[in-house]
Amino acid sequence: MDNPKKVISVKDLTKKFGSFTAVDHISFDVTEGEIFGFLGANGAGKTTAMRMLCGLSYPTSGTGTVAGFDITTDAEDIKRNIGYMSQKFSLYSNLTVIENLRLFSTIYGMSDKEFKSASENLFKDLEMEDMRTTLVGDIPVGWRQKLAFATATIHTPKVVFLDEPTGGVDPVTRRRFWELIYEASSKGMTIFVTTHYLDEAEYCNRVSIMVDGKISALDNPTALKEKYRATTMDEVFRIVAKQAKREE
Amino acid sequence: MKLRILAALLRKEIILMRHNPLMPKVIFMMPLMVMLIIPLVANLDVKNVNIAVVDNDMSQLSRRIIADINAAEELSVIHVSQSHSAAMTEIENGNADVLLTIPFNYAVNFASASGKASVDVEANGVNATKGLLGARYVTESVAATLSAFSSETGISLPNASSSIIYRYNPTLDFKNYMIPALMVVLLIIICGFLPALNLVSEKETGTIEAMNVTPVSRTIFVLSKLIPFWVIAIIVVTIGILIGRFVYGLAPAGNIGAIYLAAILFSLTMSGLGLTIANSSSTMLQTIFVMFAFIMIFQLMGGLFTPIASMPSWAQLITYIIPPRYFIEIMRSVYLKGASIIELWQQYSALAIFAIGLLSISAVTYKKRS
Repeated sequence: MDNPKKVISVKDLTKKFGSFTAVDHISFDVTEGEIFGFLGANGAGKTTAMRMLCGLSYPTSGTGTVAGFDITTDAEDIKRNIGYMSQKFSLYSNLTVIENLRLFSTIYGMSDKEFKSASENLFKDLEMEDMRTTLVGDIPVGWRQKLAFATATIHTPKVVFLDEPTGGVDPVTRRRFWELIYEASSKGMTIFVTTHYLDEAEYCNRVSIMVDGKISALDNPTALKEKYRATTMDEVFRIVAKQAKREE
Repeated sequence: MKLRILAALLRKEIILMRHNPLMPKVIFMMPLMVMLIIPLVANLDVKNVNIAVVDNDMSQLSRRIIADINAAEELSVIHVSQSHSAAMTEIENGNADVLLTIPFNYAVNFASASGKASVDVEANGVNATKGLLGARYVTESVAATLSAFSSETGISLPNASSSIIYRYNPTLDFKNYMIPALMVVLLIIICGFLPALNLVSEKETGTIEAMNVTPVSRTIFVLSKLIPFWVIAIIVVTIGILIGRFVYGLAPAGNIGAIYLAAILFSLTMSGLGLTIANSSSTMLQTIFVMFAFIMIFQLMGGLFTPIASMPSWAQLITYIIPPRYFIEIMRSVYLKGASIIELWQQYSALAIFAIGLLSISAVTYKKRS
């Protein structure tokens, strides 16, 4: 690695589905410990880009590294070093909270002892101590999202990918969720997060806005607001996203 | 390390199965229902054949032929007349299955041993099996009467009669043929369908993506999907053997280990096929339809209900690539003839090759990335 600080580095990353270009030559770097906001309208290509970074999807062209591994050739090594929380809730709803956590921790190679201390801390952080033997399908959405986040971070990965983690979550829990993100970030994890809530964009160190598969704006929130003469990220997003030509 | 992951995934599968209300029904109820009910209803034994007789002879011999037919367990005479058209009406109305005509002067011609004495048998071919077997039963009954009659009266028979002994299944009881085959059907369903549906349901709920984004190897993941169903297959075969033994009194003539070995190889084969299909489909409906196409061909061409030897030669060639063919051969040979693994080494090797081949394909076609 030329620059140990860059934990994600992408150059001309492209994904085509037939004649449709979902992600169109995007390039960016994410530095270690950063909270990187990945914004864009529905269908702008955020999830597709994220799936390529996580080794769930092959890039059509372009290169990139995540945690020092090539996204095309070393996807399985990347998977050892990341956590991923998908847009669609994807824990086993017929397993209890602790069963889900234990399953994923074992897959990431944690020992029983490590799991025990990690999970106890998590339950405390998430205020879920009395829910550990509840079926995941029976807990409310807000808690579920927190649990999904916990599952993605239990093994303290280098990078955590969060795809719309706060969708359908009430404002109080959303606020709490961002506290969790900050805590994870303070532990040294790099956070790569997509969201539709523009107030959340303000919490990010840097924000990129995708329009029609391309990155149209990328900077820290303050600089973006200055550049587009806007007072909030919401306005910035409206100005940038207006350039979109492609339909959802 | 890998074993720990496999154990964790297996534990997950078992917990999920326990939560699935369908599973105990499939594991215990389905084999019970299939083994207890199907042998009784899917029965090709022909009983209760109705006979219409045109007795133009009206002799002592002709009356004795009719009485003997009526006395036979499977046959009953429902109509006797001198009119062929009246008897034919009984056939047309569906009351009679077989029409026997005893010609004029039959007894006289028979006694003179001119060789011209013959009865006519006409069978209703609409129900081919019943007609065929019914006609044979009548012919045999007439032959028995004639041979008894001739030995009593000292007339030598014009033609020698033959006697048939059915080896391995002396009473030609269809159940003995059916029970080993039904276990094949059960394994096709349990090991072909269930792991496939299990995998696709993870695709539908999205949990498979949570797995694909972890470093779990696809071999481990596929194994965790298959092992539970292999265990279930063993349980189902055991239930089948027990029901065969205690309900139908059919104990395998051969080694029980030979049956289990074949069942395991066949389970591996079917689950490999099921997963391969699941890998290339994205919804349960898709999986079910594709799997169904295979199962139709397996059941109709595997020799389950119709003998392979009576298929056209091109179709016989196709049956070599149908895995159940080998399992059915093994089950019947071991069950009824008491064949050993060594005698059936070709069938066992064929199943083993299918198992290894299909399992490898299922592991290779399982893609963690798109």
